[in-house]
Amino acid sequence: MTDTTPIAPKQLVAISSGLSQPSSTRLLTDRLADATVADLRDRGIDVELRTIELRDIAQDITNNLVTGFPSTKLQSALDAVAGADGLIAVTPIFTASYSGLFKSFFDVIDNTALTGLPTLIAATGGTPRHSLALEHAVRPLFSYLRAPVMPTSVYASSEDWGSGADGVASLPDRIHRAASELADAVQRSDRSSRVVDPFALDASFSPVGGYGAQ
Amino acid sequence: MQFGIFTVGDVTTDPTNNTTPTEGERIKAILTIAQKAEEVGLDVFATGEHHNPPFVPSSPTTMLGYVAAKTEKLILSTSTTLITTNDPVKIAEDFAMLQHIADGRVDLMMGRGNTGPVYPWFGQDIRQGIPLAIENYALLRRLWDEEVVDWEGQFRTPLQGFTSTPRPLDGVAPFVWHGSIRSPEIAEQAAYYGDGFFANHIFWPKEHFQRLIAYYRQRFEHYGHGKADQAFVGLGGQVFMAKNSQDAVNQFRPYFDNAPVYGHGPSLEDFTEQTPLTVGSPQQVIDRTLTFRETFGDYQRQLFLMDHAGLPLKTVLEQLDMLGELVVPTLRKELDAKRPAHVPDGPTHQSEIERMSAREAARQVADLDGQSAVAAEAARAEGTATHTGAAFGIKGAQS
Repeated sequence: MTDTTPIAPKQLVAISSGLSQPSSTRLLTDRLADATVADLRDRGIDVELRTIELRDIAQDITNNLVTGFPSTKLQSALDAVAGADGLIAVTPIFTASYSGLFKSFFDVIDNTALTGLPTLIAATGGTPRHSLALEHAVRPLFSYLRAPVMPTSVYASSEDWGSGADGVASLPDRIHRAASELADAVQRSDRSSRVVDPFALDASFSPVGGYGAQ
Repeated sequence: MQFGIFTVGDVTTDPTNNTTPTEGERIKAILTIAQKAEEVGLDVFATGEHHNPPFVPSSPTTMLGYVAAKTEKLILSTSTTLITTNDPVKIAEDFAMLQHIADGRVDLMMGRGNTGPVYPWFGQDIRQGIPLAIENYALLRRLWDEEVVDWEGQFRTPLQGFTSTPRPLDGVAPFVWHGSIRSPEIAEQAAYYGDGFFANHIFWPKEHFQRLIAYYRQRFEHYGHGKADQAFVGLGGQVFMAKNSQDAVNQFRPYFDNAPVYGHGPSLEDFTEQTPLTVGSPQQVIDRTLTFRETFGDYQRQLFLMDHAGLPLKTVLEQLDMLGELVVPTLRKELDAKRPAHVPDGPTHQSEIERMSAREAARQVADLDGQSAVAAEAARAEGTATHTGAAFGIKGAQS
């Protein structure tokens, strides 16, 4: 008998924290997500994409900051990220860094939820002079959360949407390189098929004490 | 089934008239509220413990000692007692003393505190919060269950030949609840000792607590204290009532919108939908509270938060009248009728005397039979902790 167990599709989550409608942040998010999905399908890998607009859950995020617990809608977004095989995280650059909404979402998610989650970071901005915000602000955020961040990060300034190349590589080139790095990591990830025991106790735990001391 | 109230003890400005009680006024109001609880037929009054403004109850047994003298039947409890930053020796003595003063009308709930700085203020390290809670409670247990304690741990100076005084009333420690909103370690310890588990779910959606309580019940059974449905579960709740439900919403909204904990966040409607908060008619409170049993199983204790967010004393007393007259009698009747015979009622000093003597008898049988789950766990822990047994199930227990 051959193994007929269907292979569960990989789970890809894309987060856009753009605020305007339509937004260039969402546009970049979609370009990255589509490129990653296409890359994975070329490898014969089935993938499910979920795109989350933080604008739609902005109030839920604020309420979670205030009350300490997520609404059902926000919980569903948090669960999607925690159980993903790959994450595309895209923020506009505001005041030299990620937007407050973007940061707030990653403030309310459990600080172990992104451990080992392959992450592609990207940002939009009005001028190319903010591009290193990805490296000095966004990358360390995900490093803290122990998410392996892809080497290529993608910054799109307004002019990128109307020009061929910036002298090094055009926006489509950068998108494809980043998507290919992420697809590679997603292919290897088994995060979405793992069973997580929320009540797992540390092996040294004892109800009569005497554990965990440093 | 036991019904009662628990207070956080916050001093909060009344947003409808911008007046703020003094600490003295608030403390006296809490004492009045506690006595009112007995007057309207409630079973339990529990006070929080805090060491930071705007909260006043830093010294629970002082407060409960007074209430003990002014009441006859009310069970005096805490919500919570800080097992992390209080010396377990002092907790053992304070609450054994209160047991004698109150003729056994005492139990308590363990918790870990509401603010990070409370750890360094009391010379502790917040990163050790859980290990500290677990070790301190294990010591507290021994101080009550064993006459003479030799003890050495990670966090406190060792004890040699120490006897905590006074000894618990009738040799039986106060019943203990463990309060936790997310830590499986605390649920595990509650189950290990056969203690109660209190889920203060007033700020959280029920699905989260469903899993945590199910885990506690399962572990309670694992450690041989009875079936999962015989474990001791307590729940929080939060209500505001008026005869007409729209009046309740209108009266409560300014307090909700400005409340220290959730104020300026979600709407009253969203919060009511997502948490056990019920604002409406007494019948709505009854209906909502009855759903708790469906969600969490038959349980032993229901505590309501009634005096918070700047509600004036007069309003709180009116709310307690309604709770005692229009809500609790129906809930008591319905929940007691639905509870199967093998599921225990709310714990009292008398029921604890019986439970402990049954446990002692079972321990003697276990000693003859050899291992039990509890003994196995104790044996596993031997390598890391000097543990000579609690008052049950453990081979070689000294009590």
